[in-house]
Amino acid sequence: MAKKFMYLNRKSPYGTVYALESLEVVLIAAAFDQEVSLAFLDDGVYQIAKGQNPKAAGMKNFSPTYNALGDYGITKMYVERESLAERGLTEDDLMPIVYEDEDDDYAEKPSVQLVSRAEMAQIMAEQDVTFSF
Amino acid sequence: MKYTIMVNEGPYQHQSSDTALQFARAALEKGHEIFRVFFYHDGVNNGTRLAVPPKDDRMLQKEWSELAEKYGLDLVICIAAAQRRGLMDASEAKRQGLTADNIAAGFHISGLGQLIEASIESDRTLVFGD
Repeated sequence: MAKKFMYLNRKSPYGTVYALESLEVVLIAAAFDQEVSLAFLDDGVYQIAKGQNPKAAGMKNFSPTYNALGDYGITKMYVERESLAERGLTEDDLMPIVYEDEDDDYAEKPSVQLVSRAEMAQIMAEQDVTFSF
Repeated sequence: MKYTIMVNEGPYQHQSSDTALQFARAALEKGHEIFRVFFYHDGVNNGTRLAVPPKDDRMLQKEWSELAEKYGLDLVICIAAAQRRGLMDASEAKRQGLTADNIAAGFHISGLGQLIEASIESDRTLVFGD
């Protein structure tokens, strides 16, 4: 039976290597046929912010990879509402990440779901394995 | 209980490698099984054999090696994280055309799939990190 795997992203995308190396784990994990979801909270919400351009800092912009996760069967990306609000962000500041639903004539559907802190706690409690980055 | 342990921080810089080591030792002494210890991010630096800490300090890398020898622990260093940070076993060094290798006894280098497989096979996955 497949396990529920959650990848918990708490840190900003550049500054430290956690976000980039978390994404590397997610891409490998997708091949294992488990139930995978991603969560973004605290500064982790910046990982899927629109319009990233870290070129001046000498870093590679890896944010387009999040858009490709749907092709790897990863369609659940939970974003904590309070973390956005605390940073003066709204859903409009996030990339419009979508996946094609193969059970619904490949209709494009949003991968990002805003959830409250309480709902996030409940989703975490339902996981079998939680990796925190 | 069957555990997988993930170590995400470097030795000495951060306490999480100490805590992971102490947890692993305690769990094994109580008769639990550790399916695998997977080292990621700067955690790969726990696997160098070239660390020479001051004599009055603990020797984390050596303690991992000793624990591995005593209990047959599977200590895996992520290859992608290791390549970024200059951790090499002999065959990888040769493949990269490098003249030195630095992996401590009991550690070996492998891919991220080893982490996912271990988490599927284990009752609990514990992440030690920041």
